[in-house]
Amino acid sequence: MSQHTDFGRRGFIQGALGVSAMAALYGCAGAGKGKGHVVVVGGGFGGATVAKYISMWSNGGIKVTLVERNAAFVSCPISNLVLAGEKQLSDITIGYEGLAKYGIKVVQDEVVAVDADKRVVRLAKGGDLAYDRLVLSPGVDFMYDTLPGLNSAAAQQDILHAWKAGPQTVALRRQLEAMPDGGVYALTIPKAPYRCPPGPYERACMVAHYFKTKKPKSKVLVLDANDEIVSKKGLFTKVFNEQYKGIIEYRPQSELRDVDAKNRTAILEFDKVKADVLNVVPAQRAGDIAAKSGLKLVNGRWVEIDWLTMGSTSTPNIHVLGDAIFPAPTMPKSGHMANQHAKLAAAAIVNLQAGLPPSDAPLVMNTCYSFVDAKNVIHVASVHAYDPATKLVQPVKGAGGVSAAPNELEGQFGLAWAKNIWADMLT
Amino acid sequence: MRRIAPLAGVLALLLSAAAQAADPHLARNLAATCANCHGTDGRSAGGMAVLAGEPKDKLLASLTAFRSGDKPATIMHQISKGYTDEQLDLIAGYFAAIKPAGGAK
Ligand SMILES: Cc1cc2nc3c(=O)[nH]c(=O)nc-3n(C[C@H](O)[C@H](O)[C@H](O)COP(=O)(O)OP(=O)(O)OC[C@H]3O[C@@H](n4cnc5c(N)ncnc54)[C@H](O)[C@@H]3O)c2cc1C
Repeated sequence: MSQHTDFGRRGFIQGALGVSAMAALYGCAGAGKGKGHVVVVGGGFGGATVAKYISMWSNGGIKVTLVERNAAFVSCPISNLVLAGEKQLSDITIGYEGLAKYGIKVVQDEVVAVDADKRVVRLAKGGDLAYDRLVLSPGVDFMYDTLPGLNSAAAQQDILHAWKAGPQTVALRRQLEAMPDGGVYALTIPKAPYRCPPGPYERACMVAHYFKTKKPKSKVLVLDANDEIVSKKGLFTKVFNEQYKGIIEYRPQSELRDVDAKNRTAILEFDKVKADVLNVVPAQRAGDIAAKSGLKLVNGRWVEIDWLTMGSTSTPNIHVLGDAIFPAPTMPKSGHMANQHAKLAAAAIVNLQAGLPPSDAPLVMNTCYSFVDAKNVIHVASVHAYDPATKLVQPVKGAGGVSAAPNELEGQFGLAWAKNIWADMLT
Repeated sequence: MRRIAPLAGVLALLLSAAAQAADPHLARNLAATCANCHGTDGRSAGGMAVLAGEPKDKLLASLTAFRSGDKPATIMHQISKGYTDEQLDLIAGYFAAIKPAGGAK
């Protein structure tokens, strides 16, 4: 019996037919050496990368099906430049066609349930997919239940997050364009951990850059639930106080308690802040399919994984990547890191499907470039190596660091990073 | 799990060997950590150094010079410090053996 899903009995009998059909199609009923069928859920930084690398590293021996609900990938990295009017949505949108040459089957659909005992996932449009191993990289979902005033579709139409790139990015850009000069844009940041630690501060800078050049009387108000700037603190503080003096106002320890959506008002513990454009980045947790499939979670929010395989610590044959996991010490939730998780998992899965143990010395690294204006960028980098004593990947002492100052050379590298990581995932 | 059982002897052998020998793909896996920026298998998609097909000595000399600070960098001095000598050697060897042109597969 499955404790993981709400599949009905009848659904399962139909599902079983789907399973054997699938198995026949792929000829993988009994997985042999380097064989089998891997289903990947989510075609973002983690999912697209793991699909490509499993196919590539198994020389097509392992069949891969990637299920993604959206028609194309839209990148969060560089999306703050779209908000500022420096890039278009088309610049950060890439199709999944490039994965076909690896033999990956891309299915545009949503996975609505996982049956870990029967090793089957259910698709929203109907039908089931059987797997030998399942990889979940669904990103985050928002904890709207913590903000009653924003817990309705109507409120969420006006008060945007734009923390998943796509229609929300375009809609927030429109709100910024429609805002009269002299208006206030307020951005609320949840307590860490959240997706992309430096992302909100980059956004504050890029909106301030837009105001400075196009609407110089306007203000950016940053309401941060954290005690201080979470990432690249020294660098962002300097940029806020110098380059955007009089434009950006930064308020730490300003946790959002609720939202008055009609009046575009952020409700804090002791204060209410009315804005012309209110941009709320709500608290986050593992994406629904990872959070609600019976996998062991940490703090009820993030999936606990084994760092040798990215496998769930509770549920066999399910691996989880990217923002959805409980991270190792000092590890950020970034696209770069999700891509690295994917390669760790791909290497482990290819070995496991061939009956070999996973590597006992995995290593991952991170680089996050943040734009402070259209040209100048600052980075943060780190390297994390597996430590058998703690069974975690731990930051390598003495490695990593941040830029000395915002600079144009890293502005070029920031864009080249995006181009290369998109290619590493999708072509 | 049953299908792994016949391999148990092989596994035991592999596991008893040195870490490097236990995973024949260590070089490939380490080199893949560079691909986010430098392209899959070091075939840069543009704007970053191509690593594929570069001579091993040259790659290793660059990496060690980044690490010592002899070669100026925006970020590589910080990243290269996260890898051991053996790891840098494996990475340089892997990229040197890749053909620079041609499809990714
Ligand atoms: C403004 C902003 C700027 C950022 N800048 C950077 C940056 O410069 N560098 C960096 O490294 N990171 C950056 N990030 C962070 C980065 O976007 C995330 O860390 C990354 O997307 C995580 O990858 P993922 O695979 O976990 O999730 P995602 O990339 O979000 O992919 C998840 C995918 O799964 C799909 N999905 C979810 N559930 C299902 C389901 N049930 N069925 C089918 N499909 C499903 C979703 O549609 C989505 O496509 C930024 C984020 C933001 C918001």
